[in-house]
Amino acid sequence: MTSAEFLDLAVDATFVMVMLSLAIAFVRLAIGPTLADRVVALDMMTISIIAVCGVAAVATGVYALLDVALVLALVGFLATVALARFAERRDARQQEIEND
Amino acid sequence: MTNILIGFFLLLGGFFALVAAVGVIRLPDVLTRMHASTKAGVLGSSLILIGCAIYLHETDITARVVATILFLMLTTPIGAHMIGRASVRDLRTKHDEVDNGA
Repeated sequence: MTSAEFLDLAVDATFVMVMLSLAIAFVRLAIGPTLADRVVALDMMTISIIAVCGVAAVATGVYALLDVALVLALVGFLATVALARFAERRDARQQEIEND
Repeated sequence: MTNILIGFFLLLGGFFALVAAVGVIRLPDVLTRMHASTKAGVLGSSLILIGCAIYLHETDITARVVATILFLMLTTPIGAHMIGRASVRDLRTKHDEVDNGA
């Protein structure tokens, strides 16, 4: 096996593994008992999609995909923080209602 | 030789991404799931991006990859911290139930 064939094989295998991890994270997003579990799964999916961008850049040679990965790393963080703050404030509101 | 190195980085990154996903589905509560998704997930993505930088082999692309990894390592702990703080109440009620049951 030449090294180019090995690289093709490695790209295919990595695609399968990363897509599998994306699918498993989606299962956790669907069943996750609390909102925090779902936010963790969503965060995990964002990180997996960054990995997909990297593998796709190697597979196709389109380096613009790395810009997508860079933007995703920043925007995914904002989504996580927004959802976490929402969960926190929702809990605080519930506590206030219980105390009244 | 370079191709083998790139393939090695990609396969290792894919493996760690898969380990992170298995951790997220198998571990018992929010904090342990977060531990799997943040650490193993970021390591997997970083290894794949490093493989990508070696493959494309240009200065500006390497700079972009370094910036992406830096942002990932900067933002993921902050996000995890926020989720952990948000889930304190759930965890506390769960522990109280366990203590009362014992």
